[in-house]
Amino acid sequence: MPHDHPHEHLSPSGHPYRPDQDGPLTAAQALEIAVRELLIEKGVLTAREIADAIARMDARSPAAGARVVARAWTDPAFKARLLADASAAAREMGCDIDALRLIAVENDETTHNVVVCTLCSCYPRNLLGLPPDWYKQRAYRSRVVAEPRKVLAEFGLELPAHVRIRVHDSTADMRYFVLPARPAGTEGWDEERLAALVTRDCMIGVAVPQAPK
Amino acid sequence: MTDAPESSLDPVLRQWHDMGGLPAGPVDPAEHDYALWEKRVDALMVLTTGKGLFTVDGLRRVLEDMGEESFAAMTYYERWIHAVNRNLIEAGAYTTEELARKLAEVRARGEDYGACSLDRGDG
Repeated sequence: MPHDHPHEHLSPSGHPYRPDQDGPLTAAQALEIAVRELLIEKGVLTAREIADAIARMDARSPAAGARVVARAWTDPAFKARLLADASAAAREMGCDIDALRLIAVENDETTHNVVVCTLCSCYPRNLLGLPPDWYKQRAYRSRVVAEPRKVLAEFGLELPAHVRIRVHDSTADMRYFVLPARPAGTEGWDEERLAALVTRDCMIGVAVPQAPK
Repeated sequence: MTDAPESSLDPVLRQWHDMGGLPAGPVDPAEHDYALWEKRVDALMVLTTGKGLFTVDGLRRVLEDMGEESFAAMTYYERWIHAVNRNLIEAGAYTTEELARKLAEVRARGEDYGACSLDRGDG
């Protein structure tokens, strides 16, 4: 663990930081500091605005998406509204969606959905937080549209042959997320308990919620 | 023109970033938590586009113009800060001279990010 500035290096979820965080100042880090200070000096931004934007970003997590999914599983009218206009439905639940156009795509017994952005890294960040590294890298972006079944298997998701896979390519203006199928054996569960089954990967479509043992 | 790069003139050849469907290796499932400087890059993008200094299309234009070599050699937010900076200069937020002076000042403060970033307690 680094020791000079521990408050900058604490990991909220236990993932390692990139190794270069502790090394000599990189060109990109120097540029970030310079751009930030120039914008503050010019009155374009304040330090408070930047800190608040980071706090908003940190507050966004897949838990918000999981709550939306659990509500859809328990409230058919909400589910209908979610499939009609996911941005409005998520706002109903207090999610900070801004102007993002969210589109929910529903899994069922014969269809599995998976989301990608082949051109860059568009992602429903308001609902799920920032995307994982692999979502932005070449292997996933290139291959999931050409051989989704094989890519999903690499994530440990083996789908039966009769299930059709639909791959949704996101754009800056249209952010898809997956509404997974409610697992069998969860009859009578409340929303909070259901939401705990819904991971980030379930809403990207590289996993499905696991039925209780 | 015969010496222009073929990729910018050929109407059917896809650009490097249009990678959907191309062969590639296995997905690397490793993840990392975003560092403070990476979150700050994201915040600078969100805030300055929110104030109308440029758009997400401007960000993508620079990222795509940076080319495949940058995609391979730099991390995600390394590419982003270069693209944000280019757009802000184009928008007139500051000049290249001001940036050069500020970069020299930042680098003179110390050896690592913690020493060179003055207001490290606000994030």
